[in-house]
Amino acid sequence: MKRHISTTIDGEALEFLSEDGQTLLDALRDVLLKTGTKEGCGTGDCGACSVMLDGRLVCSCLVLAAEVEGASVETVEGLAEAGELHPLQKRFLEGAALQCGVCTPGFLVAAKALLEINPDPSEKEVRYWLAGNLCRCTGYDKIIRSVLDAAADMRGETE
Amino acid sequence: MQYQAVKTLEEAVERLSRAEGEHMPLAGGTDLLAQRRAGRIDPKGVVDLKRVPELAEIVLDDHGYRVGAAVSGAELGEHPTLGQDWPGVVEAAQLIGSTQIQGRASMGGNLCNASPAADSVPALIAAGALCSLVGPSGRRELPVEEIILSPGQTCLAPGELVAHFRLPRPGPRTGDAYLRLIPRTEMDIAVVGAGVALELDADGLCTACRVGLGAVAPTPLRLDEAEAILVGRRVEGPVLDELAAAASAAARPIDDMRATAEYRVRVVGVMAKRAAQIAATRAGG
Ligand SMILES: Cc1cc2nc3c(=O)[nH]c(=O)nc-3n(C[C@H](O)[C@H](O)[C@H](O)COP(=O)(O)OP(=O)(O)OC[C@H]3O[C@@H](n4cnc5c(N)ncnc54)[C@H](O)[C@@H]3O)c2cc1C
Ligand code: FES
Ligand code: FES
Repeated sequence: MKRHISTTIDGEALEFLSEDGQTLLDALRDVLLKTGTKEGCGTGDCGACSVMLDGRLVCSCLVLAAEVEGASVETVEGLAEAGELHPLQKRFLEGAALQCGVCTPGFLVAAKALLEINPDPSEKEVRYWLAGNLCRCTGYDKIIRSVLDAAADMRGETE
Repeated sequence: MQYQAVKTLEEAVERLSRAEGEHMPLAGGTDLLAQRRAGRIDPKGVVDLKRVPELAEIVLDDHGYRVGAAVSGAELGEHPTLGQDWPGVVEAAQLIGSTQIQGRASMGGNLCNASPAADSVPALIAAGALCSLVGPSGRRELPVEEIILSPGQTCLAPGELVAHFRLPRPGPRTGDAYLRLIPRTEMDIAVVGAGVALELDADGLCTACRVGLGAVAPTPLRLDEAEAILVGRRVEGPVLDELAAAASAAARPIDDMRATAEYRVRVVGVMAKRAAQIAATRAGG
């Protein structure tokens, strides 16, 4: 059965049809063609599919599309504003915090969620917060540095 | 797979009993949807419990806490007093998975998934938590340690669900703690887990004590011997060694890729002892 869903995604009110049982991740990618959000594992282990659901960080592979009726979803596609990259995105590019890029949207969304509640995290806090985001390419260090650098940028402590 | 969100318990029970086991309750979905994706389950439908107020809220009244079965780990951590009153329970629930998993995972789901290694269960057993169950034949209350029968199997009747957990408001000089051992620092399943809740008198002697053990038997266990060992004594030295020995003796673990049975037997004693020390410190002993 197809279900009619009204929701807000990256600030835009949207309606779409979803097969009952379809995950939010599959609806984003296959129905709404918002392919910024990635699938790594499909079982909650890798965090590539991270999105914000009503202000909470979740794995969109473990949420049903039907569950977002009336909710607000934020994906990596809403990070840049008016063509201007988010400080995290800038730092990830400068700091070479990605190689294949499959993990990147999840790291960006998760890191943004952290900096919203903790603008000045320690390295340890960043590592623990991002423990559910796996990267098979970079070895994590560049990612962690880039998050710390972006945090400093957002606090206005860098040029 | 059909999806139905319900707003009342009656609706949830009605829906689940009518579907005769072909529909499953859905809380955070972190077990259910992952297992479905892995091909281990294939329910015809799910009944989303998160919009039922009793399952979604934490209420503190004269009788203590009513913690909704579908409340997420993140919400447990944000509650203004629950984490002070039951730090061990909240820490155990917050060990589940990553930040993302915490946004969804509930203690009701953790219990009803019925894994021997479920992290919040030993802590709830230690805390003496009661489960309020609602089903086709009404409401009943059971201690948490009676819910899981075997791996993946609970005592819930068809159509029955966990509505909330009841935790008393702890008195002065009480403390609880949960420790688990994993080979990594995050994102792993317990090799062993141990939860301890205890109460001390003004002289530092233990007046009440409950211990729950995880991942050392087909189900999380309550260590019944703990009371006889600790009550009337100081939580220190040889008393803690007796507790450790009793925890090891109660363990009936298996070998698996995470650890051998022999290792689990030893280490569960160490974890129980350390958790008791933390609980006693929290109780002011
Ligand atoms: C990446 C990852 C890491 C994890 N790490 C851990 C960990 O460290 N420790 C740990 O213990 N677990 C872990 N888990 C397992 C899982 O997250 C927990 O068991 C979680 O608490 C399940 O809660 P949920 O709300 O998501 O349950 P759901 O998936 O919604 O439900 C689980 C089961 O319980 C049933 N159910 C749910 N609520 C009720 C209710 N109120 N009444 C009756 N039945 C109900 C469902 O039908 C289903 O069978 C992990 C899972 C993932 C994907
Ligand atoms: S795709 Fe969702 S966690 Fe890996
Ligand atoms: S850049 Fe390839 S997985 Fe992280």
